[in-house]
Amino acid sequence: MTAIDERFAELRRANRPALMPYLCAGFPDAATFRSLLRAAADAGSDLVEIGVPFSDPIADGPAIQHASHEALVAGATPDRALAWSRDLAGPAKVVMTYANVVLARGAAAFFRRASAAGFSGAIIPDLTPEAARRHVNGASGLDLIPMIAPTTTPARMRTLVKGRGGFVYLVSVAGVTGARRDLPAGLEAFVQRVKRETPRPVCVGFGIATTAHAAAVGRYADGVIVGSALVRIIREAGKRHAARNVGIFLGRMRRALDASRR
Amino acid sequence: MKPDRHGYFGEWGGQYVPETLMPALQELEAAYRDARRDPAFGRELRGLLRDYSGRPTPLYEAKRLSAAWKADRVFLKREDLNHTGAHKINNALGQALLARRLGKKRIIAETGAGQHGVATATVCALFGLECRVYMGVEDMKRQAPNVQRMRLLGAEVAPVESGTKTLKDATNEAIRDWVTKVSTTHYIIGSTVGPHPYPLLVRDFQSVIGREARAQSKKKLGRLPDVVVACVGGGSNSMGMFHAFRGDSRVKLIGVEAAGKGVRSGAHAATLTAGRPGVLHGSRSYLLQDANGQVTGTHSISAGLDYPGVGPEHSFLKDSGRATYVAVTDSQALDAFRECCRLEGIIPALETSHALAYARRLKGIVLICLSGRGDKDLATVMNSPSTRSGQKGRDDRH
Repeated sequence: MTAIDERFAELRRANRPALMPYLCAGFPDAATFRSLLRAAADAGSDLVEIGVPFSDPIADGPAIQHASHEALVAGATPDRALAWSRDLAGPAKVVMTYANVVLARGAAAFFRRASAAGFSGAIIPDLTPEAARRHVNGASGLDLIPMIAPTTTPARMRTLVKGRGGFVYLVSVAGVTGARRDLPAGLEAFVQRVKRETPRPVCVGFGIATTAHAAAVGRYADGVIVGSALVRIIREAGKRHAARNVGIFLGRMRRALDASRR
Repeated sequence: MKPDRHGYFGEWGGQYVPETLMPALQELEAAYRDARRDPAFGRELRGLLRDYSGRPTPLYEAKRLSAAWKADRVFLKREDLNHTGAHKINNALGQALLARRLGKKRIIAETGAGQHGVATATVCALFGLECRVYMGVEDMKRQAPNVQRMRLLGAEVAPVESGTKTLKDATNEAIRDWVTKVSTTHYIIGSTVGPHPYPLLVRDFQSVIGREARAQSKKKLGRLPDVVVACVGGGSNSMGMFHAFRGDSRVKLIGVEAAGKGVRSGAHAATLTAGRPGVLHGSRSYLLQDANGQVTGTHSISAGLDYPGVGPEHSFLKDSGRATYVAVTDSQALDAFRECCRLEGIIPALETSHALAYARRLKGIVLICLSGRGDKDLATVMNSPSTRSGQKGRDDRH
């Protein structure tokens, strides 16, 4: 049982949905990023998705693209990203990056290093399970988080959600990451469709940007993932106030999520 | 060579894309499989290639080049004489027919030199399809005539400001568009790159080049050439040329990459010469990248070769030894460009000029893929230091 599984077991007992912020390692700089991690933990995040920036993030919209670019310019590397995140206590840690970063020095080596830095899961949007099997022989030590998109066919979905452990990342819309004003129509039915096929927790990402979104999705999903909205808050707050403002925002989301089950 | 069922040529290729696109790739693969079995599809494509694009293109013996070079005889496969001025139309026509089978009315494309963008805009006009072409702002500047042509043809040219502002980032943006509108949109990739089945279907649509050239050689010469040379950016004209010759073990296949300011300068786009295995734009192939897997910036005077990746089947041909890959610099390409203009009265594209630059040192019977015409490159060539040095001195920069 990984830290992710333990976390979801606790949440299930307490009837609470998971809060999972995404933070891009090294954005806007190393020191601020570390203070953002602490703020996320203090605000009651259950898991934290930590992005190892890549030069060509095709699944990301402008907010995370620019954050990734700035982090790279400021000196972020895979080793540094893992080192900066190592000390974070509390939330379960999930690493998010792209296939080429994972494969650059061998998938096994990347996962070993991530595992040693306390990560228990990995989200790699351009490494489908088919491709992962080719590059990751046997156990990686990390849960590879499957993603389900609105375009995924029913037969394919049943294959993708097989397995145990970790969670299923439900991509709420066909598109790239980015804050959106409204939740897509039919999201609840989509979540229910996936939940019927798997006992694994189902978390919703892409477009979750407000406490109202969290309150709505918390009713039927096992967790929410919020990323681009945080990038905007960090930018607007500036380095000095970034951690404080992100903490306030995540605190509100936490309360909205908990209230959604009452 | 056929890729395996996951789309790998040996260890190269595959499908490295966000889940949202996987169903579309499987649908495309199925549609292509059906199309190949449907005689009406082949008939319609052959008809368009003949009557609309002007195929077969001639195999022309360049006697003045052979007199100036080391070769016994030099032949040019005149893809520049296609409608729209390059080989790109071969693939654009094929994929537009596929889009129609898929019932998709919106087309997107990426372009570097603009030749693929123009070809795509052209077929969209012909088939009444909505067309949006992503192009880096750097390339829009240096290939301005092609931007105007695309707009005249009714396409929307979407400027890409991110990253390198060239072909790599135009491709990123096209993929992001496709992820967002995949249910209504077909993405016409212009080279033998991208996730499976693209490298396969682009090669198949381009393989008409080599098929014709091989038959024309036999007819004209009574034999096959000793060497076949083509430039390699993503690798579509070269793969289209090489494919028909793959079994002719006595025919040497040479792909010419862009060495920019020199491979050792770091300012180049010589992926197969200097890259390491990696994943970009949906497939595993050689890639210009740093030790951490970040894709590195490239440079070439030719927008169509200015790309850090390369088609996976080229990686396969390199490793198997069936093809050889070399690189020539900007200035060597420019010299070859001028030589071809002056000696043959043919203005080649700067991309093509890389193939010419390497071919000038080869012996025997040399067949070169003259992949495209160079009208689009006049601004770049006229502003290059050595063209202007006659009039202005040597410190001019472009």
